[in-house]
Amino acid sequence: MENLEALTQQALAAVSEAQDVAALDQVRVQFLGKKGEITSLMKNLGSVAPEDRPKMGAIINEAKDQVENAISQRKQLLESAALNAKLAAETIDITLPGRAMQEGSLHPVTRTIERIESFFAGAGFQVMEGPEIEDEFHNFEALNIPSHHPARAMHDTFYFDAGRLLRTHTSPVQVRTMEAQQPPLRIICPGRVYRCDYDQTHSPMFHQMEGLLVDKGVSFADLKGILQEFMAAFFEKDIKVRLRPSYFPFTEPSAEIDIEWVIETPEGTKTRWLEIGGCGMVHPEVFRHVGIDPEEYTGFAFGMGMERMAMLRYGVNDLRLFFENDLRFLQQFR
Amino acid sequence: MKFSEQWLREWVQPAVSTEELAAQVTMAGLEVDGVEAVAGMFSGVVVGQVVSREQHPDADKLSLCQVTDGNETFQIVCGAANVRTGLKIPLAKIGAVLPGDFKIKKAKLRGVESFGMLCAEAELGMAESSDGLMELPEDAPVGADFREYMNLDDAIIEVDLTPNRADCLSMAGLAREVGVLNKADLTELVVNAVAPAIDDKPAIEVSAAEQCPRYLGRIVKGVNVKAVTPLWMVEKLRRGGIRSIDPVVDVTNYVMLELGQPMHAFDLKQIDGGIRVRMAEQGEKLTLLDGQAVELNADTLVIADHAKPLAIAGVMGGEHSGVADDTQDLLLEAAFFAPLAIAGRARNYGLHTDSSHRFERGVDYNLAAKAMERATALLLDICGGQPGPVVEVASEAHLPKAPTIHLRRARAELILGLKLADSEIEDILTRLGMQLTATDDGWDVVAPSYRFDMAIESDLIEELARIYGYERLPVRLPSAASPLARVAENRLSMGDLRRHLVARGYQEAITYSFVEPQLQKSMDPEHAPIALLNPISAEMSVMRTDLLAGLVQAVSYNLKRQQPRVRLFETGLRFVPQADGQLDQIPTLAFALTGNRLPQSWADTDASVDFFDAKGDVESLLARTGQLSRYRFVAASHPALHPGQTARIEKADADGQWQEVGVMGALHPSLQKPLGVKQALYLVQLDLAAVREIAIPDFSELSKFPEMRRDLALVVAQDVQVDQVLQAIRAKAGDYLTKLNLFDVYVGKGIDPDRKSLALGLTWQHPSRTLTDEEVNDSVSSVLAHLEESLGATLRG
Repeated sequence: MENLEALTQQALAAVSEAQDVAALDQVRVQFLGKKGEITSLMKNLGSVAPEDRPKMGAIINEAKDQVENAISQRKQLLESAALNAKLAAETIDITLPGRAMQEGSLHPVTRTIERIESFFAGAGFQVMEGPEIEDEFHNFEALNIPSHHPARAMHDTFYFDAGRLLRTHTSPVQVRTMEAQQPPLRIICPGRVYRCDYDQTHSPMFHQMEGLLVDKGVSFADLKGILQEFMAAFFEKDIKVRLRPSYFPFTEPSAEIDIEWVIETPEGTKTRWLEIGGCGMVHPEVFRHVGIDPEEYTGFAFGMGMERMAMLRYGVNDLRLFFENDLRFLQQFR
Repeated sequence: MKFSEQWLREWVQPAVSTEELAAQVTMAGLEVDGVEAVAGMFSGVVVGQVVSREQHPDADKLSLCQVTDGNETFQIVCGAANVRTGLKIPLAKIGAVLPGDFKIKKAKLRGVESFGMLCAEAELGMAESSDGLMELPEDAPVGADFREYMNLDDAIIEVDLTPNRADCLSMAGLAREVGVLNKADLTELVVNAVAPAIDDKPAIEVSAAEQCPRYLGRIVKGVNVKAVTPLWMVEKLRRGGIRSIDPVVDVTNYVMLELGQPMHAFDLKQIDGGIRVRMAEQGEKLTLLDGQAVELNADTLVIADHAKPLAIAGVMGGEHSGVADDTQDLLLEAAFFAPLAIAGRARNYGLHTDSSHRFERGVDYNLAAKAMERATALLLDICGGQPGPVVEVASEAHLPKAPTIHLRRARAELILGLKLADSEIEDILTRLGMQLTATDDGWDVVAPSYRFDMAIESDLIEELARIYGYERLPVRLPSAASPLARVAENRLSMGDLRRHLVARGYQEAITYSFVEPQLQKSMDPEHAPIALLNPISAEMSVMRTDLLAGLVQAVSYNLKRQQPRVRLFETGLRFVPQADGQLDQIPTLAFALTGNRLPQSWADTDASVDFFDAKGDVESLLARTGQLSRYRFVAASHPALHPGQTARIEKADADGQWQEVGVMGALHPSLQKPLGVKQALYLVQLDLAAVREIAIPDFSELSKFPEMRRDLALVVAQDVQVDQVLQAIRAKAGDYLTKLNLFDVYVGKGIDPDRKSLALGLTWQHPSRTLTDEEVNDSVSSVLAHLEESLGATLRG
């Protein structure tokens, strides 16, 4: 029994010398395995005097526990060192850029149209679309613009032949919708429109958004309200909206929509009114053309240029950029 | 329409500044485009007269002048070519300050002292540029302050009038409007009839009474056409944007600006027999005042004599019958031409005149007599002469009649969202010159003859709003009591579709709907595009029959700007003429990709995109429909695409018939150079309708039983398409095949050079029991047998 002490010391030394989990396991087998050196002391307990056996057993067990504890502590130490080494080896430069596809983006005009659609969707307006090659009836006559009307000259129309033309506004979509459906109607009609005019501030193709609300009891006050709300939503700030008397054959009263635009200049803050669209109460003649009783229903319509809105919102300073499709421009609208 | 503010204030004196006036009329619907001073800021300039002129001793182009201001004579060196003895000019004396804070001081020019400066219009801010000194009339009072003499403390206000407000195309009309806005009285112009001095009467026949319901003519004999138009008239015309021509034309133009009645003066001796107002005969010839020879259309109203047309009524006079240097006797015309008889006619001859502008919008049909008397009086003042009596031919039946418009107070309240007091309504309409008769529910209203735009109740309600002030009308939010939006789930939204492509790296483009014909032809030779009659340019002259042409252009644009990796998509209509003459406007999606598959990166290779990148993008989009199996790709040809890398995209319709819904492929290599795309470019075009129809998910029970998988390595001839192999497998693999995946395609060592190896994974699963090995093996056997029989496929050894 005198070698128990030595054996224990020998085992503890072996434990602390073990450099990895496998070596430690060998130490365990050597001392505590089925045929281990400390285990065999226990097995030899039979040769000890019976009255000494409990005491001896207890001493051996104590030694065994001591070694087991040491092994377990050493194991934890070795495992965590191994893990740390592994983690250290796996360390990467997390500042390397990610493996990415590089997403594209919507065209700023589409982005503008989609935003506006979402505002109006919330108020129950449906998006309607229509043909871009139109006939004279839908583009002009049904909108109370007979041939030879001086207002036609304001439209700079592209023609194909006597009957067909490129729509000069999105208003024909109103007409087509009202031909097909009876009120109440709440629609917006975004889309491409065309005018025979090309310079720094005019594009022969641009986008308009038309809105139409027809119901019982709709008034000019409602029109003022919705436009004010819309501008505040679009620019995400309270913005002054001014309706200025004007003339469109398909609305009456008619108005230009002006907003108060604040410009920061070196001399200080300046404000000016910017014209951004037209609006008015639907002309009774337009209702008659599509078979809606103007005595029963009233309505308002408004329209505005989407490029203009996008320019104001995003600070774009040249209309032509919208149709050059230069990636360096488009990618700014991610 | 431009007008002088001072002239306006002769008619009406509102207590408002120029700026306030401009803001006021803008907010009344007469949009002010600009306000500019008649002249620049200057002082110390007087009317001077050149007493003598001699050559500068040391300079060829300079004159040495003695100039008087009436009190003193100054020596002034002047460089203008038109300086001459006796000429009256604006004289800036020592101490004068010209525009731009330019102070006039004593100066020495080429050794000669100069005490002041003789001025040109541009130097006084009265013109953009001038050629020589401003020449003043002979009666200009020497020594008078030039500003005062010329009445230069004035502004030119330009209003952009909408077509309905023809009544404001005159000083009288503008003054009326300003009077209404300010509740200010007008200083009415008193026009007295000029007593005839002679008996000569023009013979006037009107055969087109509908087009010309009223025609007034008057002969004035012995007119001095060489008389000088007075400065006040020249200046008012100039400030109204009209150049002085000769006293007769100046008078007619003046009356038009003042009262709104366009007039015309004929040289009496050129009129053969008398005036006939009639429709033109088709092809009749007339040389106009501007020298243009026109062939008249039968829809054109003309003023003719007994032999020939003299003028296009309401548009422009003829050269032959116009007032000339030798004219002595005149026929003055003042007429009412019906707007519909004039509308569009000027434009048909490429003309737009002050007269046609007014007549096609509507001239007061009761104005002609007043204008005739006013013009006669002015003419006699300036040119002398003996007037004859006015001859009027009118057709009451064809003259417009001011309608009686019923205005209901309830309707006004409904439209405006505001109840205006009866007294307010009556006040506004009365101020506008309307006659009101009260009725039970409102008023019967008759508008004055100059208000052509007043026809229906809405017109009156608009007037109420306008004069009351749009700004003062109430604001209300429309009640949003609409039911919840119904969004069709079986339709892919455009937003989702676009964002799908955006997420896959595509940038949205918007290209013009009209393209260059040759480009369109090279992309789509099969359809003759519809062409614009009046294109902006040849580059934008036909409507696109596909979206590819525009995208290729946009790709080329970017490649030329050092952007070698381009992915663009566009949605929009394409315009495809059909065999039956109809034109289809087809909502379309197209995309284009070129350059590296991925942006250059440390982590990836620099591989370029190929057909299968494009196809993968198409498939990922089609997968959004939830019914990918309804689509297939069929090898095809397309004139603009690579013959070996083109697919027609087909979709099974409701009856299981395959319909073409798109095309994709590599741009044909022979088109790369001409189209400015020097690298492989892949193009896809799809009918939007075909990719937006989506299946609503339909749940099927999850199987609790294990899957069985078998991998097959097949060898087939190179020309066997994978799709054939997959179809053959599906045909024989039994009902419980749940997955079929091609995971390798191998050509090369170990394989016959004419053949290729395909590695496929087949997975079976039964919904309600475990499949046996035997069952699966049977399926594999029958698949292999079928493959061998139909496609000559063998298992790879």
